[in-house]
Amino acid sequence: MGRDSKTLLRKFHEAKWDEEIIFEMSVPGERGILVREPEAKVKKMVGNELAAVSPKLRRKNPPKLPEINQMRVLRHFMHLSQETLGTDVTIDISEGTCTMKYSPKVQEHLAARHPGIKDIHPLQPAETMQGLLEIIYKLEQFLKEISGMDRFSFQPSGGAQAVYTAASIMRAYHASRKDTGRTETITTMFSHPCDAAGPATAGYKVITIMPDEEGYADINAFKAALSKHTAGIFITNPEDTGIYNPKIDEFVKAAHAAGALCYYDQANANGMLGIARAREAGFDMCHFNLHKTFSIPHGSMGGAVGALGCTTTLAKYLPIPQVKFNGKQYYLDYNCPQSIGKVRSFMGNTQSLLKAYAWIMQHGAEGLRETAICSVLNNNYMLKKLSEIPGVVVPYAHGKRRLEQVRYSWEKLKQDTGVGTDDVLRRMADYGLEHYWTSHHPWVVPEPFTLEPCESYSKDDIDEYVAVLRQISKEAYNNPEFVKNAPYNSVVHKVRNSSINEPERIAVTWRQYLKKKGPQKPLAHDK
Amino acid sequence: MRKKKLGIIVNPIAGLGGRTGLKGTDGIEIITQAKRMGASPESPQRAMEALNVLRRIMDEIEIFTYPQEMGEVEAKQTSFSPTIIGSIKSGNTTPQDTQRAAKEMQKLGVDLLLFAGGDGTARDVYNAVGREVTVLGIPAGVKIHSGVYAVTPRQAGEAAVMFLTSATPETTEAEVMDIDEASYREGKLAAKLYGYLRIPEERQFIQNVKSGGTQTEKQTLQGIAADLIGSMEKDCLYIFGPGTTTRDILAFQGLTKTLLGVDVVLNNQLIAQDVNETQLRKLIVGKKAKIVVTVIGGQGYIFGRGNQQISPEILTKIGKENIIIVATKEKLASLHGRPLLVDTGNVAVDKMLSGYIRVSMGLGSYAVYKVAS
Amino acid sequence: MSDGEKRVFPYIPNSVPEVKTEMLRQVGAHDEMELYVEIPERLRFKRKLKLPPPILDESSLRNHIETLLEKNNNCKNYLNFLGAGAAEHFVPAVCDEINGRGEFLTAYVGESYADHGKWQAFFEYCSLMGELLDMDVLSCPLYDGGQAAASSIRMAARINGRKEVLIPQTMNPEIASVVKNYLKPDITVKEIGYNKTNGMLDLKDLSAKISSKTTAVLIENPSYLGVLENQAAEVGRMAQEKGAEFIVYVDPISLGVIAPPAQYGATIACGDFHPLGMHLYAGGGQGGFIATGDDMKYITQFKDLMFGIADTTERGEYGFGEVLFDRTSYGSREKGNEFTGTSTGIWAITVAVYLSLMGPKGISETGRTIMQMSQYAAKQMSKIQGVKLTFQSPFFKEFVVNFTKTGKTVAAINKALLKHEIIGGKDLSKEFHELGQSALYCVTETKTMADIQKLVTALKEVV
Repeated sequence: MGRDSKTLLRKFHEAKWDEEIIFEMSVPGERGILVREPEAKVKKMVGNELAAVSPKLRRKNPPKLPEINQMRVLRHFMHLSQETLGTDVTIDISEGTCTMKYSPKVQEHLAARHPGIKDIHPLQPAETMQGLLEIIYKLEQFLKEISGMDRFSFQPSGGAQAVYTAASIMRAYHASRKDTGRTETITTMFSHPCDAAGPATAGYKVITIMPDEEGYADINAFKAALSKHTAGIFITNPEDTGIYNPKIDEFVKAAHAAGALCYYDQANANGMLGIARAREAGFDMCHFNLHKTFSIPHGSMGGAVGALGCTTTLAKYLPIPQVKFNGKQYYLDYNCPQSIGKVRSFMGNTQSLLKAYAWIMQHGAEGLRETAICSVLNNNYMLKKLSEIPGVVVPYAHGKRRLEQVRYSWEKLKQDTGVGTDDVLRRMADYGLEHYWTSHHPWVVPEPFTLEPCESYSKDDIDEYVAVLRQISKEAYNNPEFVKNAPYNSVVHKVRNSSINEPERIAVTWRQYLKKKGPQKPLAHDK
Repeated sequence: MRKKKLGIIVNPIAGLGGRTGLKGTDGIEIITQAKRMGASPESPQRAMEALNVLRRIMDEIEIFTYPQEMGEVEAKQTSFSPTIIGSIKSGNTTPQDTQRAAKEMQKLGVDLLLFAGGDGTARDVYNAVGREVTVLGIPAGVKIHSGVYAVTPRQAGEAAVMFLTSATPETTEAEVMDIDEASYREGKLAAKLYGYLRIPEERQFIQNVKSGGTQTEKQTLQGIAADLIGSMEKDCLYIFGPGTTTRDILAFQGLTKTLLGVDVVLNNQLIAQDVNETQLRKLIVGKKAKIVVTVIGGQGYIFGRGNQQISPEILTKIGKENIIIVATKEKLASLHGRPLLVDTGNVAVDKMLSGYIRVSMGLGSYAVYKVAS
Repeated sequence: MSDGEKRVFPYIPNSVPEVKTEMLRQVGAHDEMELYVEIPERLRFKRKLKLPPPILDESSLRNHIETLLEKNNNCKNYLNFLGAGAAEHFVPAVCDEINGRGEFLTAYVGESYADHGKWQAFFEYCSLMGELLDMDVLSCPLYDGGQAAASSIRMAARINGRKEVLIPQTMNPEIASVVKNYLKPDITVKEIGYNKTNGMLDLKDLSAKISSKTTAVLIENPSYLGVLENQAAEVGRMAQEKGAEFIVYVDPISLGVIAPPAQYGATIACGDFHPLGMHLYAGGGQGGFIATGDDMKYITQFKDLMFGIADTTERGEYGFGEVLFDRTSYGSREKGNEFTGTSTGIWAITVAVYLSLMGPKGISETGRTIMQMSQYAAKQMSKIQGVKLTFQSPFFKEFVVNFTKTGKTVAAINKALLKHEIIGGKDLSKEFHELGQSALYCVTETKTMADIQKLVTALKEVV
């Protein structure tokens, strides 16, 4: 047992339960849980609780939920959990830009279980939640110091929502100055999709700057794009290629000269904590993905926080309420007449804020700096090792250091063997690794894969990860068909996607699937 | 399920010049010279590389091909049992053979026609079948300027497999370029847009879970059309360059534009089609005018590769600020940072056009991109 | 630790000096700062970050956090009657068990092979919600109900191209604020008044305001003030007549006993699923959903990821894949529908567990218990001198209580209730002047008869 000491490969097989869809497990009459009955006196006094409700509004037939005993429900979801590879179980260097770091269990347990956070109602009087408000307030002070910004809001519940909130703030800012012609925003192709989509949703036209031949956003194109119509710029730096644009402050200066505001999407902040800040680069606003850089677990796509920071000038537009301290007490300030209002109900994902607070408290300035340095060292170490693998190309910035992630390409592998990035992606699962993330769309780098070995992973973890990719490259050169039909040791076999978008076949719920499939109709590819 | 029909045409002399440094093999003198130099044809080998990939769907397809070196040899050497059609003079094949083969395969109703050759072969196929048949080129010649070719023979094979096994095969149009051979051998490149062939749409992510990475061309064009049409001014002439993009944009307005020509629109009506330089110059006298062009060819030309009717004089008169470039995000991304190119024949005008230009990628969606000469 | 000895952090394995040195050697750097050569000096942060010294050992960290959290009173040691968009409901232990599972908790965007379980869990979330709502199509979850309402309206606007939406004047102010910001700059919001006697939507006002410019009529059912909209079907008919979408914002935990909106004409249903298995978490348990019927007109307008069931190369096996990925901003950036991103995945999985446990009987019984308890509470409270029920209308779990005749403000009453370790209902006097000194009380299946009696006793003392 144990992985091969020479090759570092494991004979992995993922749990495969051949699990039914939950509806298929229904047994009429079974109960999963019993519900409290009202006391006899209550029932007597109330009588028929639905009497006053219009018959049209009463549910005639109970919802067709499955009827399953509790143990089976538990077992079912435990099976599904075993058929998922979270960071807790795999070396998740795979998800570049996602910063899949360790979410310390001590934080998780406190945030999930302690009644002092679990059972708080958001509208409770402030004096009854001073501890929680203190945590939120102090977290704000930490992020202010880390970024150099003057104020933070934790209401946006994701990076994309932070970007959208910033676009709303830019709109309010220019409106307050009666600058009505500002109808455009500028972003770069390698910035995240939300840097384009958020402002577009807020009503802006979006100009995208493509990367030049070295992988940097073309600054002259950017300057040509600026005009009196530019409301703001939205930029990720380093971009998902891991390349830091050294001219970033030049971008900001040019934008300011044109009267535009500057937003820093810091999804990729992990390599820069304590090293470089939004403030010194001149930005007006920034956000951190607390579920990336600050250890909140990714939760299978959420509960996230897009912590939005801004300068004093823009603070008046931040969503309400804002947590403030009057010297004696923490309170929620709703008295912000120029606020854009709200982007999410209540204060946001407060249990997640507790986790970020705890994480920073465990690291301090020294720990944050060490986090940054080790994530960058890990990445450059991995870059060196991966560059040696046949078939791998590392486009752009040759000979230069990257920060915390790299976008690689299997273009050579594809040309030599026909095996592309999507094939390698599937085959990885056979070795116990999460599928890597390729790239945002459209793919500028051909056959891409983007990896981020953040500070949580040891040298040995990185070596094991590299060993798997080296092995798959070898397999591709020897037997491309084999790799193309992967995975073999995962939960299911290769999915037939070609018809998944056809209107007659779209099935996002079980009931939709049954209606379309029909009781006796065979599956399309039944052999 | 009926078997899909695949047609194979190999141009046996394409690629002959490649290793010898001779540019192209059009013209009997060049072919003779190349053969004397001991050159052996590359296209058979390349064709077989593509066919090898197709072996994995051997039982699902029927192959039709021309005799001997025009496909029969290659198909049999890769273990297929093709149906042979037509006749040739072995050792002395001509462009006419290619055209006849394509026409016959069209009659047979092939689902896909794979051809191995170069720009010349693409032109022959175009002359024979136009856009009536879905085709794809296996690169085998030294000069490939036409967009109808896959990047490598293997990728031609992969694309063919995907197209023939797809439940919803999609196609798009790609350029066939006409290079002036004589000039080319003298080191000068003067290319012209010759036509368009229908090829499988490059849905390279189609089999993958996180698939659907790129919008289909059509959906993107709808956005570009909406953006352009929404901004068109009254009583202003709009000069539309060639290409499928400009044609499709106007199609959304119910206007049928020529694919290869320069057409002019005024107040939502087509007032002139396939104009030459003289006609165009006359039309714009005393009128406000704008130019709408797209990116031609894989190298990224916006002027000089098929819209020479929009001459340097006209460009100067209309002015850079009245030039609208339309292109998809994917097209710009495919340039990998290389600038858009202009080659109007006039250095001063090239300079005027160089720098940075706004590109419309859809409704509310733009890029600002570098232009060089 | 002595001077010069480098600290090793448990979450940063390569902080071990020997390992770090070796790695630096392999990447050809003498000093760790060499790795940052691409960041110009002028952009470097020159000093040390001013943060509190780290609490390095886990037990001290735990003490520190617990001390802070113990400063809070919570809804277990106090008796809570606040709802207003975040209601206390029963959370089955299996829900906490599953959303505490490390695999689900720490997964992210892995494909549907290694993460098949996660994809199936989401498919089941959509399927179970689909049955609850009696609708065929849902997307992955949204940030909260406010986002769901806002995006439902934008969906309608994309479908019919119109630019005006009608929402109730009584709409939950938290989500109304989200909606109003989100619809800028292109969609105008008009508010429909309510009947001051019965608290329901004023249909005359609706009739006056609805037109061919209306993209959608959105109602809450139950409304923010707790009232069940008995005339919902009529609202739907009026919307349909004008070619507008009929969006209903529902409380999903009511749908065991109250008809789902699809059954009275809603074309889009939306809401917040926090009642289905989440603890309060001071407002962190929220999550949004949008559902429609099986019609491409709607399907193409969802903004979030949708997971479809698909065949694999193995007969009889289920797999999953993205449906119409290009709809989203992930596929098409600024050309996608609005924007999408990480939202509330772990809660969606929790909802799937909750609904699987409840089954048809459980969800119906829960609804009935809620209605029994809330009606009982309302009855008992209205017996108190000076206290009356504002609306004589059927309600689900919340109801408006008027204290004007007591001569005391709600603020004063709630302050006094705190001394009895009771958190009173939400003070409505500022949001709804016309309702006087009134409060929104929320009574769910978590409240017992004894709890109500405790409230009533305290109120009697306080007023």
